[in-house]
Amino acid sequence: MISAGIDVGGKNVHIVITKNGTILARVGGPTGINKAEAAEQLYAEALKQAGLKREDVTQVVATGSSGPRVTFANGVIPDAAADARGVIKLIPSARTIIDVGAEEGRAIKISPEGKVLDFAINERCAAGTGTFVDTMSRALEVPVEEMAKLSLKSTRSIPMNAQCAVFGESEVVSLIHQKTPKPDIARAVHDAIAGRISSVARIVGLEKDVVMIGGVAKNLGFVESLKRDLGMEVKVPDDPDFVGALGAATAAAAGVLEEKVEAKVVEKEKIEEGKA
Amino acid sequence: MAKYKTKGLDCWNRAKELRARYYEDYKEAPNRGALRWEGGAWSFDAIPQALEGEVHGLTEEPYGASIGADPALQVRYQEAAEGKWGCARDLCAYLRNYWGSIVLNEFAFGGEWPKADFIFQNHICCTHAKWLQVADEIEGGNIPYFCFDVGAGAYDKIGERQINYVVEQLYDGIDFLEKVTKRKIVDEKLIQNVKNTYDSACYWAKACELNQAIPAPLDEKTMFSLYVLGTLEKSHKDIAHFYKDELYPEVKDRVANKIAAVADEQCRVLGDSQPPWGFLRVFRYLEKYGIVSVASLYTFSLIGWWKIDKAGKLVPYPTLEEQGITIKDRDHALRLLAEGELKGKLMWAPFYGAKYKNDIVTKIAKQWKCDASIIHLNRGCEGTAQHQMEMKIAVQNLGLPVMTFEGNMADEREFDEGRTKRFIDLFVTETLGLKKVAD
Repeated sequence: MISAGIDVGGKNVHIVITKNGTILARVGGPTGINKAEAAEQLYAEALKQAGLKREDVTQVVATGSSGPRVTFANGVIPDAAADARGVIKLIPSARTIIDVGAEEGRAIKISPEGKVLDFAINERCAAGTGTFVDTMSRALEVPVEEMAKLSLKSTRSIPMNAQCAVFGESEVVSLIHQKTPKPDIARAVHDAIAGRISSVARIVGLEKDVVMIGGVAKNLGFVESLKRDLGMEVKVPDDPDFVGALGAATAAAAGVLEEKVEAKVVEKEKIEEGKA
Repeated sequence: MAKYKTKGLDCWNRAKELRARYYEDYKEAPNRGALRWEGGAWSFDAIPQALEGEVHGLTEEPYGASIGADPALQVRYQEAAEGKWGCARDLCAYLRNYWGSIVLNEFAFGGEWPKADFIFQNHICCTHAKWLQVADEIEGGNIPYFCFDVGAGAYDKIGERQINYVVEQLYDGIDFLEKVTKRKIVDEKLIQNVKNTYDSACYWAKACELNQAIPAPLDEKTMFSLYVLGTLEKSHKDIAHFYKDELYPEVKDRVANKIAAVADEQCRVLGDSQPPWGFLRVFRYLEKYGIVSVASLYTFSLIGWWKIDKAGKLVPYPTLEEQGITIKDRDHALRLLAEGELKGKLMWAPFYGAKYKNDIVTKIAKQWKCDASIIHLNRGCEGTAQHQMEMKIAVQNLGLPVMTFEGNMADEREFDEGRTKRFIDLFVTETLGLKKVAD
């Protein structure tokens, strides 16, 4: 059986196509303003990568904050549920998931079967998300892709007092003016987010194995900060930003369909854009 | 086919009528030679309402909540309080609604802001300690003001000394009222008001107790519209009559005839704190999954009085009749009023520590047969939001799944409806394993 999982997040879309549990294609790209359109285009790319036609795919399940906008999906599952299914498939010993994306950080406690037992979300605050790193990297005048390597060069810890992304940016500028080495500032940024995410994770309780996923998991500097703050090992699977999509594809293969997607969401977008 | 019979409450319209009349009376008071006073919902209204002649009060919190139920209005009032007057945004949401209303010189129920003749306020929290002082300042600074402290200790620490502490202040309050209004407190009115207060508080608790039945006769969204009368004027005879002679008998009948609040009840949840008033449709969303919110310390004890019996169970506080008490005189009335409020109102208890809240909510979870808990992490009220994360742990230790969602009881800028529904979907479908039962 061929199934697809589409994770439409705040900043990026990730798509995974699987056949009997084996990944055939993996495609990601920016969400942009028109999320439905982005999902369509990237899905077409994923099909092409897999050498498939649309009708070859039996089930498509969407997830993510904008999962309901994927009108061609057969169903939608909550993002934490997709995370759980994806992680347990890759790391069966996982019991705590930490997913940090562009706009949300969450901790999920799962059962050995991959059921969500508890969750806690860093709501409405950029300081525990990838956006914080983006903002601070701009203040440091360092490409965001370089932040990890930079922070790993640091040999000391500097406390970052600001809790808020806005004030954090001011604090980074102050540190620069104080001639604080950039590696130390980069590490301070990662330590700050790690502190916030650790607090969220402690709400659900930390049980091994702790697995980190989401786009920010690709930032090894942040992962090191998180390990230090948690005081425990954190596993990061390959392509951590695709785990949600993999979970959705796994759900599709298992036949878990929660609700039909409303086509009128796309219609509303078209009307708003003057296209209908 | 639905699992249970269901129908609306027969007394629903009466509740609406009583509430509407309360605000109309306050607005029209001067035209009838009546006095107006401002105070908190817990301000022992039995006392100012015992003054000679006609008297009408405006309790702050329900007024703030009424504004909160209208997001467009609430944003305007809050921005007036924050932007025009200059208060911080993290203050109590009701407070900002109230002050904004005065700053804009608008009464949410029509017309200009109705200025009070005096303020009779209790200090249940730091917000209340400043609320009406500032309101007076915004209104020009010449409204006679009296406040009394009720921080006498948790319900299990209330003895003669604690009751004396409050009663002595109430005597001072009476002196203040008689001086500023040039009217006397009428003992017969005071005695009847205290009796009405007992009836309101005890019969609301009795109605809530009936929600232990399966199916639950009431859902929390409905209960919000019912308890509110007790936050307006517990001491009013019509409100006492409503609870004792209209609501309570009707709820008993619903239990006897298995009439459910939610026809497809399949999961009972324990709530906490005020809800996001502008988004009560969240409760209707839960009902699509057959989830009914049957209980919360807040809904039960904001006006209801309770006690822990010898068996350790939460039971309604006994009425004066049940205690075999006939109020003799003014002093007896004041002492009974203070005792009932200090011992019976368990909503005071969290102010004294998480152990009190945890003890009460775990009793509620067991007695009301809750299957899960959904906690509104209410940024709008530090008082009711105290110890919510400790509560989460305590309820989880009972083996119940718990979810939390962030929001604000009366500031729509801090509530994300779409996101909250996402969390509900996750909790309900994944953790609770429920499917939709209705569209």
